[in-house]
Amino acid sequence: MRVDLYEKIWMGVAAALIVIFLAAIVVAAGAYAIHPQSHVETIDPTTVLEDPEFGNPGVAIQPDGSVVVTLVAEMFFFDPDPIEVPAGRPVTFRLTSPDVIHGFEIVGTNANTMVIPGYVSEFTMSFAEPGEHLVVCNEYCGLLHHNMVGKLIVQGVGE
Amino acid sequence: MKGKHALASANFAVAIIAFGLAACLAVLQSLSIADISFPMRREDLYYLSVTAHGVLMAIVFTTFFIMGLGYLIAREALGRLAAVRTAWCGFAVATAGTVITAGTILAGKASVLYTFYPPLQAHPAFYIGATLLVVGSWVWGGVMIASYRSWRRDHPDTPVPLAVHGFLTTVIIWFLATFGLAVEVVGMLIPWSLGWVEKIDPVVARTFFWWFGHPLVYFWLVPTYVLWYTIMPKVAGGRLFSDPLARMVFVLFILFSTPVGFHHQFADPGIGAGWKLLHTFTTYAVLYPSFVTAFTIIASMEVAGRMKGAKGLFDWIGKLPWGDPFFASVGLAMLTFAFGGFGGAINAAYAMNAMVHNTAWIQAHLHLTVGTTVALSFMGAAYYFLPRITGRELRLAPLAKIQPYLWFLGMALFSTSYHIAGLRGLPRRVYSASLLGDEMGAQWATLTKIGAVGGVVLFVSSLCFLLVVATTWTTGRRTLVEAIEFAQPLAPVEQRGIWDRLGMWTAVAIVLIIIAYGYPLVSMLSHERFGSPGFVPF
Repeated sequence: MRVDLYEKIWMGVAAALIVIFLAAIVVAAGAYAIHPQSHVETIDPTTVLEDPEFGNPGVAIQPDGSVVVTLVAEMFFFDPDPIEVPAGRPVTFRLTSPDVIHGFEIVGTNANTMVIPGYVSEFTMSFAEPGEHLVVCNEYCGLLHHNMVGKLIVQGVGE
Repeated sequence: MKGKHALASANFAVAIIAFGLAACLAVLQSLSIADISFPMRREDLYYLSVTAHGVLMAIVFTTFFIMGLGYLIAREALGRLAAVRTAWCGFAVATAGTVITAGTILAGKASVLYTFYPPLQAHPAFYIGATLLVVGSWVWGGVMIASYRSWRRDHPDTPVPLAVHGFLTTVIIWFLATFGLAVEVVGMLIPWSLGWVEKIDPVVARTFFWWFGHPLVYFWLVPTYVLWYTIMPKVAGGRLFSDPLARMVFVLFILFSTPVGFHHQFADPGIGAGWKLLHTFTTYAVLYPSFVTAFTIIASMEVAGRMKGAKGLFDWIGKLPWGDPFFASVGLAMLTFAFGGFGGAINAAYAMNAMVHNTAWIQAHLHLTVGTTVALSFMGAAYYFLPRITGRELRLAPLAKIQPYLWFLGMALFSTSYHIAGLRGLPRRVYSASLLGDEMGAQWATLTKIGAVGGVVLFVSSLCFLLVVATTWTTGRRTLVEAIEFAQPLAPVEQRGIWDRLGMWTAVAIVLIIIAYGYPLVSMLSHERFGSPGFVPF
């Protein structure tokens, strides 16, 4: 197969570009541990509301000072709402749904995950600055999907 | 219907009717999101119409248009169609399926959006109609392969014409893709919606959906590339820069279009991070053939400009026929794809995806890619092929000349504003962007209003297209039929090469799919799972 010189150069440049993109992703994933939420844990969606953990959703401070938010997303609200977390500390979110698929997106942050019935989503992040964030469901979940919003309040030290 | 292109015409007719319906719904959706009131603005009708728009545009319009193009190109480039009666049966089944599915949606029994993720549950007729549509398209795929085989028997040593190579690629991708859809719909959704099984696993269903959902994109894109490679250089007045590289591009799509689906599930629980990273690699691999296409097509355009006497570095661009409706449509579609492609690279970026996942950015992205790159190329194809298959002159030619530019303008307004709104966090597919009047929601108000202006411009452009097509088809002046001519390559290909061995490449593609999906599916099915009962959205 004869290939024109300029086209050969372009094909090389395009291949190099893709290698650079992938290298950036691999470095971010490997060296900085930046991964999408990929937790593997199942739960019976029909008994979520009686579950010892998800039956009492809320914010709990662990003995080591880290924070766990247990959250249920259901048609058409988040529980708890508002979510109150301290600034500057790792916060682990554990989420599930008793009905259909929802989204959990904290506007203005990188927190953005699916909440799927039968599965527990889990990720950890920290909020540097005190303030308020809008929380939205970003997966269509029924008639009042667009009303499924909540608040996350990041409290400063000493508040 | 009579004539050698009756099958193609019938498929085009269904496609264009679906397009017209979906376009009317789209403009109302853009107004609703922007909180602009109009009669009948209601939540239930909004989500019903989003479902109808997605199904009619992304599935019905594209699939029927592609089937029509396939029949047209096989008939022209191979001089034959095998099993014409079977093909008509396939068309009848696909059309019946479309009517059943569209009727179920419009009756308000299937407002589950075109992704129909369980445990949202639609009426069984929705899934059964969709299955019939796909079965009809399988018949099309079989007829395309049979037509090729028949031609091959008469031409044992000639390389297959490039346009047919592209359509065989399309058929292969469609068979590989719809296998996943069939498992989800026939194996899971239909029994569950009929009440034969009580529960369904949403993550397993989503995995099979996206097994189908991403190669679906290449089912749209490869026929678009066939137009770009084989018709566009001819209309521009030039030659195709490289024929073998086009064949390589098509083969790379066979290999890499399917083992990529987890990049739609980056945010899903239940799928390990390593597999998501693997699918990121294959997703970037599938970017490569589009980079090569960009060079080959632009070089072909330059050849055309130079054949018309251009001498300078860029003056060949001005020599191209920008007033021709086909050329303008495809030219603007290509320009749009540069932006759509780069947005796609961001969506596929493993970790960066969290910034845009399920936001209005995604809506904006797919309106650049399928909504413009593919749809505008198909509209251009209608302007090119319609006079040639009906023997009628294009009517309302001035409308046909401005329509592609209007589409481009409308999409620029819609897509740019939605990209920005998405980056700021606006979720996709919401009845109202004000989200209960939250003050943070106020920042999206201006952007969604600009988007609504874009929606209106797109609607006007759609009406122009529909008017030109309807009047040409019914009352266009009878004229001498111009031939459908495929672009000649600069260096003709005389030998069958490695890129013509489609059977072998299909086998490699199947191995890649098994590697990408085998272990994740086994592990998904082996841990303790509970399943979900159905929820009717309203």
